[in-house]
Amino acid sequence: MSLVNFTAREITCKIVYYGPGRSGKTTNLQYVYGRVPESRRGRMVSLATQTDRTLFFDFLPLELGSISGFTTKFQLYTVPGQSYYNATRKLVLQGADGVVFVADSQARRFDDNLESLQNLQDNLLSEGVDIRQLPVVFQYNKQDLPTDLILAPAEMDDALNFRAVPSFGADCLHGTGVFETLRGISEIVLKRLAAGTPVT
Amino acid sequence: MTVTLNPLYRFETFVVGAANRLAVTAAKAVAEAPGTVYNPLFIYARPGLGKTHLLMGVGHAARSINPRLAVEYLTLDEFVEAFHAAIAAGQGDAYRKRFLDVDLLLVDDVQFLTHRREMQAELLRLTDALQTANRQIVLTSDRPPAEIEALDERLIRRFAGGLIIDVAAPDYETRVAILRRKAEERRAAFADGVLEAVAGLSIDNVRELLGALNRMIAHQAVSDAPLTPEQARQLIGGTAGQRNGGPAEESDAPVASVTSEPEPDPSRAVPPSRRPAEHDEFSDFLSEIHATVALQVDAWRTQIGAAILRWQGEGYRTGRLEALLDADVAPDPDQAVQGFERDVERLRGMEAEAAELAPELAGSPAFRDPADMAAAEALLLRARNGAVPPPAPSPIWQLADLVEGAGTRVALQAARVVAEEPGARYNPLVLVGGSGAGKTHLLHAVGNLLAQRGVGPVACLSAPEFTAELIDAIDRDTVSAWRQRYRRCVALLLDDVHLIGEKDRTQEELFLLFNLLVESGRQLVFASATAPAAIAGLEPRLRTRLEGGLVVELPAPDPEVREAVVARELTARVGTIDPELAAYLASRPADSVRVVVAQLQRVLNASEARGQAASAALAREVLDGVLPAPVARKPGPNRSSGIVAPTAGGARSREKTVWEWPEIGDRLLEEWR
Repeated sequence: MSLVNFTAREITCKIVYYGPGRSGKTTNLQYVYGRVPESRRGRMVSLATQTDRTLFFDFLPLELGSISGFTTKFQLYTVPGQSYYNATRKLVLQGADGVVFVADSQARRFDDNLESLQNLQDNLLSEGVDIRQLPVVFQYNKQDLPTDLILAPAEMDDALNFRAVPSFGADCLHGTGVFETLRGISEIVLKRLAAGTPVT
Repeated sequence: MTVTLNPLYRFETFVVGAANRLAVTAAKAVAEAPGTVYNPLFIYARPGLGKTHLLMGVGHAARSINPRLAVEYLTLDEFVEAFHAAIAAGQGDAYRKRFLDVDLLLVDDVQFLTHRREMQAELLRLTDALQTANRQIVLTSDRPPAEIEALDERLIRRFAGGLIIDVAAPDYETRVAILRRKAEERRAAFADGVLEAVAGLSIDNVRELLGALNRMIAHQAVSDAPLTPEQARQLIGGTAGQRNGGPAEESDAPVASVTSEPEPDPSRAVPPSRRPAEHDEFSDFLSEIHATVALQVDAWRTQIGAAILRWQGEGYRTGRLEALLDADVAPDPDQAVQGFERDVERLRGMEAEAAELAPELAGSPAFRDPADMAAAEALLLRARNGAVPPPAPSPIWQLADLVEGAGTRVALQAARVVAEEPGARYNPLVLVGGSGAGKTHLLHAVGNLLAQRGVGPVACLSAPEFTAELIDAIDRDTVSAWRQRYRRCVALLLDDVHLIGEKDRTQEELFLLFNLLVESGRQLVFASATAPAAIAGLEPRLRTRLEGGLVVELPAPDPEVREAVVARELTARVGTIDPELAAYLASRPADSVRVVVAQLQRVLNASEARGQAASAALAREVLDGVLPAPVARKPGPNRSSGIVAPTAGGARSREKTVWEWPEIGDRLLEEWR
């Protein structure tokens, strides 16, 4: 998918929220959805089970309006975290301009995070994408839980963030760090415009 | 009537950001050298972005550089008012004169020219007059000239002939800088992050931004605790959020209303669990995205804009780059700018060459527009063609036509060597010989051989012609172009060089040319009636130079040469060679080939006139006056007069034929007398 279409004067960013099940990806999108003026957001598509687990994926289109003459659109996706939906995850990852890896800060979910990150790497590789070439940020969610249950952002960085990409501590339920994360990934994605050759 | 410049509106107090950097640079350039760079300078921007500030800044800066400069600032309304008053008082001329004495005229809000025909005409006249007198005019408007309704096309063109530049809305960083500076000016202190939070609301109108600052100052003054970023956002955000994306408006909301809480926006579907202040997070996010996109996507605009300013400053037309800015497609800025620069370099090269050929072409506008390279090329071509090529050797004189004899062998051999290796062996080659010895023939023959090489123009002319051209060039003040003509030559062949004696200027020019050509390995050949040492009035520096090459003599033709010449001429004219005639003609003394040929011609003429075959006897009779044995004359019309008149086809040499005979009556009268 092209990020910038100079002919149509359009910038489209596809950002995928990735991470283990129940880490808070959909919550991220819901929070953003709640903050966006109606005129700027599309309908949030959420295919959820009865127990509110993402079955297929969430999709939130954001119309950011005209920026420097470019009609700018953000498309936020989440993937289903459960390991058996890997085909869906692969599908959603296709053409992603950036990935937000939403990790669960709870110490007991440590291995799930690692496994999901490994899965992300594998899925990208199968699409011919080197994770080192793709804009990625980490979000360490659930930092509001009692400290004895969770790992601090620094510890999470040590465990997951080998390449020292931007990372954000967050409490998605209450909104802390949600927009910071979105800003972080958006900035990296948009900055690639200058570095990379314009795609038409 | 004229508003004095607001002392606060200076460049120093203007916050420069990416959106207005070009405009500020241009305005400063104008202030530093009014009337020389962008004239007129036309600045346009939406209201509240600092047009008036910039305009007055130009006035302040120009005045601080030159306090005697006559600076006048007025709004268009004042301009119109003054005009109407002057017309009503019957003093239209005084009105015009008043503005013609101004060195720097600053006119604000010219968008009000809409539908004011007479004012447009007046402004057009004024712009022209000021431009002619190298006086600066700076105008501002809230829209580009082309969008000012019913604006005279000529005015649009005048404005476009200077520089039209816009001031865009400030970006996030600039907004923060503006807020900080203004807060400082008002001695208001805010908690960390407050100004940043307000700047993040993307209020892109500076006046509104300052209004927001006023509200915060007022709010902070009446509350006990300092304003937090959250409160500030809440305080300002309510109104800014609604305006976001819409056209900017002038906002002078009364300070008293600030304390009221912003109305909750019913369109926002905020879940009840959310904290009410957080609805600004999206605006915040949006404003950062704006900044990033502007920085990343529009970086090319900045780059091209900077290139435009630079090349306009150097006097080049930048329409090609400006068109890119207007285009909807982002080009590769590096490539565009580099291509532009390459073309400018080419233009400079062409201009330099054209200026050498014709000095009046230096600075021609055709060499200032990289968008129209064809015009520059055409002008250069014209200059090249217009520069008359130097006289070429005459093609009728070929080396093969020269008869080689013992005396001429050395000269001919030298000529061949020169033709084969010009500039390498005998440079200069000086051919010395009497009249008719064949120097001119040999000179032109060498010239033709050199010209056949096709390396470049070969100049071949006589010294008097050379002098005449120089005098003409001095007369027309085109000496440098004249010099250039000869400097381009690959060889210079100068006949009758003995005639430059005492001609000091010719000798000087020849000396300069000589050195230049010899140093660059180009051939010089001279023909002279006397040896260089014997040329009266020849400067030693030239004489030694001529003698420094090969001086070779062309002697009077010896019998061998004369015989060969006669044989050749007889073959060519009669078709057969009478050995007795040939021997007789060759035996006759002649100091030049020309004399030999002339003798033969006389014999042939007589033969033609008398209807006899050319023979040795006829030749003796004609040339030596020896009468042959009487021959019975044929009766015929030719006998009636004693005049030998050439019959049709009998004349071989036109210059020896008398074409205009005296009238028969006159002749009889003369004889009778």
